[in-house]
Amino acid sequence: MEVLKIATAGSVDDGKSTLIGRLLYDTKSLTDDKLEAIEKTSKQKGYDYLDFSLVTDGLVAEREQGITIDVAHIYFSTPTKSYIIADTPGHLEYTRNMVTGASTSQAAIILIDARKGVIDQTNRHFFINNLLRIKEVIVAINKMDLVDFSEERYQEIKADFEELMGKRDYQDQKITFIPVSALKGDNVVNPSINMPWYKGQTLLEHFEDLDKEDVYNVGTPRFPVQYVIRPKTEEFHDFRGFAGKVYGGELSVGDEVVVLPSMTRSKIKEIYFYDKKYQTATRRSSVTITLEDEVNVSRGDMLVKVGDLPTIDKQFTATVSWMDSQNLNLGNKYVLQHGVNKVLAKVENIHHKIKPDYSGVDTEVSGLAMNDIAQVTFRLNKPIFYDTFKEHRTNGSFILIDNQTNNTAGVGFIE
Amino acid sequence: MSIIETDLDTVLDVEQSKVLGALRNNDLENEAIYIFREVAAQFERPVLLFSGGKDSITLVRLAQKAFYPAKIPFPLMHIDTGHNFPETIAFRDKLVQELDLELIVRNVQDSIDQGKVVEESGKYASRNILQTTTLLDAIEEFKFDACIGGARRDEEKARAKERIFSVRDDFGQWDEKNQRPEVFDMLNGQIELGQNVRVFPISNWTELDVWSYIQKEAIEIPSIYFAHKRKIFLRDGFIWSAEDDVVFRAEDEVVEERMVRFRTVGDMSCTAAVLSDADTIEKVVGEIRASKISERGARIDDKRSEAAMEKRKQQGYF
Repeated sequence: MEVLKIATAGSVDDGKSTLIGRLLYDTKSLTDDKLEAIEKTSKQKGYDYLDFSLVTDGLVAEREQGITIDVAHIYFSTPTKSYIIADTPGHLEYTRNMVTGASTSQAAIILIDARKGVIDQTNRHFFINNLLRIKEVIVAINKMDLVDFSEERYQEIKADFEELMGKRDYQDQKITFIPVSALKGDNVVNPSINMPWYKGQTLLEHFEDLDKEDVYNVGTPRFPVQYVIRPKTEEFHDFRGFAGKVYGGELSVGDEVVVLPSMTRSKIKEIYFYDKKYQTATRRSSVTITLEDEVNVSRGDMLVKVGDLPTIDKQFTATVSWMDSQNLNLGNKYVLQHGVNKVLAKVENIHHKIKPDYSGVDTEVSGLAMNDIAQVTFRLNKPIFYDTFKEHRTNGSFILIDNQTNNTAGVGFIE
Repeated sequence: MSIIETDLDTVLDVEQSKVLGALRNNDLENEAIYIFREVAAQFERPVLLFSGGKDSITLVRLAQKAFYPAKIPFPLMHIDTGHNFPETIAFRDKLVQELDLELIVRNVQDSIDQGKVVEESGKYASRNILQTTTLLDAIEEFKFDACIGGARRDEEKARAKERIFSVRDDFGQWDEKNQRPEVFDMLNGQIELGQNVRVFPISNWTELDVWSYIQKEAIEIPSIYFAHKRKIFLRDGFIWSAEDDVVFRAEDEVVEERMVRFRTVGDMSCTAAVLSDADTIEKVVGEIRASKISERGARIDDKRSEAAMEKRKQQGYF
């Protein structure tokens, strides 16, 4: 069975929690004890409908303020797919959580309140989903019940959103519009009887039909070595296995490979998954590889196919999304973690800040504050082996770690 | 040898040249293995917290897979409340011996005897919360910098917010509002001396995922997970074991014998049973699939208040 991870984004009152609650309720994923708890609390609060937000807002502070302040993960399944929803808060100050949720998702839902239409927040949510190159975006126009299920209003909002789409960088992103009422249950799991003019799929039908191969980005095979396995037992006396996850494409026994950064060439001898050997390792599989020759390989090194070399450089420019309360300034030094490889990085140049609502760039920049997005050039103490983020979502991204606080301070997408 | 292209998640077998079956957990399994390897590479003194429950047993299998043909490169640690099911303890000792692993046991009873914690009393007395002190002391004693646990995000709403690498300060506390963002696959394990990281390799698994995996991998689990005859009594709609004196029982609470099994195996004093005839793994998986009660619905410690788990986690509980 497949696993599909979906990021949700919406503003404070767009009804995101209600939509998720509705998905769980109509797929019968809520257990009796959870339902009871929701009914009990809804009643205590004096609501005459079920308050689904209790399903997602897990932290006390969130329940107090009635808002979502951190990424929450919600799980449900249908007979054909397992779903993970990364529920991320939509307010301006929590861009970092949106980036976090979207980075591991294959699809995203952008919620629009039908009464308000496309607002600044919508631009922002779309911008981030596009920046992170999420392949499937569903624009759910919610609260249709409050605009009399009007097709005209739906078309109006759709046209406004399509205007935005012209400005996006990642043009191949697939966008689907669905008019819904999360509160009443229209077009979430079950088709709406109130909107006969809408002939498309419901939200869940759409997800069920998504082809998994299509939602993952393909690139060239990259094998960053996480860990060297040396059992030193009698049976495996000379065993040196390179443990890691295959990204982008597949690797097979007999493939000629280059070890980076040493540029040593060898051939793949064996591919282990646990105690069995395989001919081929497909992308996203966590395997252990042995090589024909005795080659010096350690954590942070990378195996790639001969002729498929990434860029090897000590300097590059990237789009950075800043996530820390301490600003990124010119000349600052950070630990740059690229996959499992760590180097030191210095901020060489901050070119411009990108306004994440398609309103242009800001060239007068001294530093980056939390939630800023900017184009930045870094110089490294050692070369890394990278692809651009466009070519390779994994090998084209990195995080910046503040050496004083050890916090993950930012994430970058290499250009 | 021809390679059959069918699914991106499959790996092909050299001998049989066929696609491996059941792909249900492959993404999740690959993710867990990746996390285990990051732990071994990024930390000096990791430990796997082992309770004898199905989640920690699953962790052991995943760790075996991550490091084969080498042994699991860290010890197991059990915080023993002294109120464990005897079947669990027997199972633990057998597993450790079979896999030739190092096992550390620290006892809540010792913390009580040293006066560090006070035993609860009354109808709902449990040693579940007391475990935290014993755990934090053990982390300090062995200077563990990474503690691997089997918590899952689907279990409970505060756990839904938990990171895969979750940093604890030197008081073992969780600052849930100031968590490190986790983007793509990258895990940041950089910490200061005295801090530690709680690691959750099966964060994204659901209860059904774990059970399906146990079935697929034919992993052995303690017998109390399967239906068996047990002396029980009813209280507040929960079924309690009456076979030992760990669970407080009032005189008017009547004991009867029923077919039951445990869906989660925690401290006996806070783990209720469910009525069940499921005596094989197939039947258990079928039952979980059809169940309408969440797993922690049988954990009385979560019923104390709406925010019971969040409070315990802030204090250093798993």
